[in-house]
Amino acid sequence: MYMIKSNLAISRRNMIGSLAALAGTTALPMPAWAMGKMGGRVRNGMDQLSGPDVDLHVGSGLFRTGSRSGHAIAVNGTVPGPLIRLREGQDVRLNVHNMLDEDSSVHWHGLLLPFQFDGVPGISFPGIKPGERFTAPFKVRQHGTYWWHSHSGLQEQMGHYGPLIIDPAGPDPVQYDREHVILLSEFAAMHPHEIMKKLKVSEGYFSRQKASATDDYDFSGAERRMWGRMRMMPTDIADVSAPTYTYMINGHGPDDGLELPFSPGERVRLRIINGSAMTFFNIRLPGLPMTVVQADGQDVQPVEVDELQIGVAETYDVIVQPTKEGAFALAAESMDRSGMAQATLTSQPGRQAEFPALRDPPLLSMTDMGHGGMDHGNGAHGHEGHGAKPAAAMDHSQMDHGKMGHGKMDHSQMDHSKMSHGAMKPDTNLGAAPMDNHDMANMGGMKMRDTSLLPDSVKVGPGIDMVAMNPMDRTGFPGLGLDNVPHRVLNYRMLKSLKMDHHKRSPDREMQLHLTGNMERYMWSFDGKKMSAVGDDPIRFRYDERVRVKLVNDTMMAHPIHLHGMFFEVVNGQGHHQPKKHTVIVQPGSSATFDVTTDEPGDWAFHCHLLYHMHAGMMQAVSIEFPKDA
Amino acid sequence: MMHRIFAALLAGSTATTPLLAQSHDQHQNHSAMDHSQMDHSRMDDQPDQPAAEAPEAESPSGPLKAADAIWGAEEMLASREALYDEHGDMMLFWFQGDRAEYRVRAGEDGYLWDVQGYYGGDINKFWFKSEGEGSFGEPIEDAEIQALYSRAIAPFFDLQAGVRQDLTGPTRTHAVVGIQGLVPYMFEVDAAAFLSDKGDLTARIEAEYDQRLTQSLVLQPRAEINLAAQDIPELGVGAGIDNLELGLRLRYEIVPEFAPYIGIEQEWKLGDSRDFARTAGEDPSVTNYVVGVRFWF
Repeated sequence: MYMIKSNLAISRRNMIGSLAALAGTTALPMPAWAMGKMGGRVRNGMDQLSGPDVDLHVGSGLFRTGSRSGHAIAVNGTVPGPLIRLREGQDVRLNVHNMLDEDSSVHWHGLLLPFQFDGVPGISFPGIKPGERFTAPFKVRQHGTYWWHSHSGLQEQMGHYGPLIIDPAGPDPVQYDREHVILLSEFAAMHPHEIMKKLKVSEGYFSRQKASATDDYDFSGAERRMWGRMRMMPTDIADVSAPTYTYMINGHGPDDGLELPFSPGERVRLRIINGSAMTFFNIRLPGLPMTVVQADGQDVQPVEVDELQIGVAETYDVIVQPTKEGAFALAAESMDRSGMAQATLTSQPGRQAEFPALRDPPLLSMTDMGHGGMDHGNGAHGHEGHGAKPAAAMDHSQMDHGKMGHGKMDHSQMDHSKMSHGAMKPDTNLGAAPMDNHDMANMGGMKMRDTSLLPDSVKVGPGIDMVAMNPMDRTGFPGLGLDNVPHRVLNYRMLKSLKMDHHKRSPDREMQLHLTGNMERYMWSFDGKKMSAVGDDPIRFRYDERVRVKLVNDTMMAHPIHLHGMFFEVVNGQGHHQPKKHTVIVQPGSSATFDVTTDEPGDWAFHCHLLYHMHAGMMQAVSIEFPKDA
Repeated sequence: MMHRIFAALLAGSTATTPLLAQSHDQHQNHSAMDHSQMDHSRMDDQPDQPAAEAPEAESPSGPLKAADAIWGAEEMLASREALYDEHGDMMLFWFQGDRAEYRVRAGEDGYLWDVQGYYGGDINKFWFKSEGEGSFGEPIEDAEIQALYSRAIAPFFDLQAGVRQDLTGPTRTHAVVGIQGLVPYMFEVDAAAFLSDKGDLTARIEAEYDQRLTQSLVLQPRAEINLAAQDIPELGVGAGIDNLELGLRLRYEIVPEFAPYIGIEQEWKLGDSRDFARTAGEDPSVTNYVVGVRFWF
C-alpha cells in the first residue's frame, strides 16, 4: 500500500522525547527553538552558520507565505534552513540532528568530500534515524556557491534545504561590494506524497495551461491533431506549477515583498541557487544586465546577459551594478510561466519594484521531440514562434565558415568528418538559414517511437513512450521559451571556465545513457530501467578514468541531471575552457555530453534532479573504484 | 555512534589520498590530429567525436559495496531496500466513478453507474470495474462486476484478463480478456471479449474523448458497442451488433477529482436484439437526458 502520510502524523511527544534523549546523550547546547518548540511556526528566511562545527536540527512545523500555509520541514526553525558559510581549506564538522519521527539525511550538493558523508541513504550511508546525529567531518577543498538538501523521501519539497557558500582561500577572482543569496524554491500546501500520486494517476493534473478549444495558443488545427495523434501534450512544460506552488525567494513568496538593499554604484553579487523540487526559473532584472561569473560554484569568464534559465539544482553567480537610486525587480518566472518568485533590489527601504507580467506560456516543438535535425526536403528545421529553433542541424553549404571562429584553424589539417558542427560557436547566425514552416500534418506520420534507434543497453518497454529520432546537441539552446526573446539569454556554450586546463586528457572511453520516460504513466528512468529495477548494479568506473558520457533525452521534458561527488565538464565547444558543472540540463529530444575524470572513489548517486522524476525511478548509482595501492 | 564516526574519518582520509603515480600512457593517443598545426584554444572539443582510439577500458563490475565497508552491510541493508522501493516501485490505489448519473427518459426515470479502479505498480495491477443500470421503482436491470489482472504491454495499453460476474437476471460468470488504453488522437478505449459459463461469446467496445473547452469545461463524446456471436434469448441479446450507445456529456471540473456533468445519450438495440426488445414490450430506441458526476480519488 502506498501510504499517504497525514500532515498531522508528526507526534509531538515523540519529538520532544527524542529531543530530550538527544540532549541527554550528547550534551549539546540546545537553542531555545529546538527545546520543544517544534510543531510551532516556522520562520521564513534563514540565519547563517559558520565555524569548525555546524549544527543542523531537522524538525517540523507550520509554514506560511501569503495566503498559503501548511506543514513544513524546517532546519534550525527556518525555511530555507541556515546558510552555511565556510572557507576553502578549513576543517569542518557538519552535524545533522534528526528531530523528525522518520529517517532523514542531508546531501551537500556540489561538495567534494569522502563519499560516506555525501548523504544519500541506501547508497552512501544508512540514513539518520529519528533522534540520531550524523557528523560529516572533512576538509573543504573548493570555493563557490552550493546548497544542501534532504535526500530522504520527498522531504526536500517540504522545506528541507538551504544554501552553502564557501569563500576562497586566496583573493576572490570576482570583485564585488555586496552580495545577496537568492535561493529559489517552491512551497505547496499539498503533501508531496499526494502530489506524486496525482502525477501518477492523472496526466497534466497540475496544469491550468492545457490546450483547449478556446486557448490563445498560436497553433493550427493540423498541429493540434498531430499532437493528439501522438498522444502528447505540447503544453507539458512543468509537471507541477502554480497555483499548486507558491514560488519563493529565500522562503518568501511574492506577497511577502522581500527587499534586498543596494547602494548606487555598488557591484552586487547575486548567488542564485535553484533549490526547488520541480521548477526551472527564468531570471531577469528588467533594466539591469547580469554578468555571469560562476556556474555551479565554478568560476567562469564573465559573460553579460539579460536573462538566464536556471535548471533545478543549478547555481549561477551574477554581478549586477545599478548606478542610480531606485528599485529593480528580481523576477524569477517559472519556465511554464504560470507563476513568479519575486524580490526587489532596492536602494530605499519600502520601495517596491514593478514586476513584469507573466509572458505567454511556451509550447513544445518538433525539435523537443527529437525531430529537429530531420531533413524535411525543404530545408525547414524549426518551427518559428513555437519555441525551439534548430540549434544544431544545419546545411553546411549555407554556412559561412569564416564567421564561425574557424578563421585561425588550418582546415587542411583537420578531419572534418569527426567534427560535429552542432557544437559550433553560438554566435553563428542560425536565423540566416532559410526556414519555411514545415508541414506539421506530415510530421504526424513520422515514427515517435522507433525503438530500433536505441542501443542494446536500453530496455524497451511500456516505460518508454518516445525515442528521439535525431537527437542533436542543444547545449546552445537557452531554454524552453527563451529562444526568441528580444534580448541576450545565457546558454551553455557561452560558459567558459575562468582558468584554462592544459592537462585535459582525451576520453579513455565513451558511454551513452538514454533518459527515458512515459508521460502518461509518469514513469521515468535511465535506459528504460528504473532505480528499483537496477538496484545494486551501479554504473562502474575505474579510478581516474576519463570518460565521455553522452546523455540522450528520449523524452519531451528537460531533465537536470546531477552527478554527486565530482564535477564533470560540459562538452560545449570551449576546448580547454569547458565549464565544470555538477548538474547539466539535457533539453527535450536532444543530447548533452560531458567528460568526467573519475578520481573520487566510492559510490555516488546520479539522477534527474526533478524530485518526482527521481522518485519515480530516474536515478542510478555510480561506483568508482578505490585506487589499488592507496 | 562515536567510534563509527571515528572509523569513517579514518576511511575518509584514506579515500582522499591522491594517487600521484598514475600512468597516463593510455591517454596519449591523439594520433588522428597534428597538434602542432592547431590552435587549441579555438578548437572545439566535439560531442560526437569518438574517443581517441584507445582500447576501450573494460569496466569493473559488482554490486554497490563502498558504504558497506564503512557503515556495515547490515546497517546499509534496510536503507538500500527502502531506496529501491521508493524509487520506482511505488504502489497506488485509484478509484474512479466515470459515470454516476440520473437518467431522465420516456417512461420511468433511471440511473446508471460505471466505476473502475486499481491497486498496483506501473506494470502490474489488480483492476476492478463495475457497471449497472436500472429504472426507479423496478429491480436493478443490469449489474456486473469484474476483477482483472492488468499488465502494461505498451506505452499506452494494458492487457487485462480475469472474470466478470453478472449480478442480475439469469446470473452468469464470464472469462474476460481485454485491452484498455489510449489510442492515437487521445481516445480512451476499453475493448473486451467475454466467454460465459454457458459458452456464449460477447464483446464490448467503449471509446471516450475529452474535448477541453476551457481549463475547467470538458465536452465528452462517448460511444459503446456490444456485440454477440450468437443469440442469447434469455438475455434479450441478438447475434451481431446487440446494441449501440452514443452519448455527449458536458462536465465542469470544480477540481479535476470532482466534476458534475449534464448530457444526452441515445441507445439503440439492433438486429435480433431489437426484435427481442419489441417482443418484451420495450422500446428498442431510448433517449436519456442525464445529469451526473465524475469523480476519482
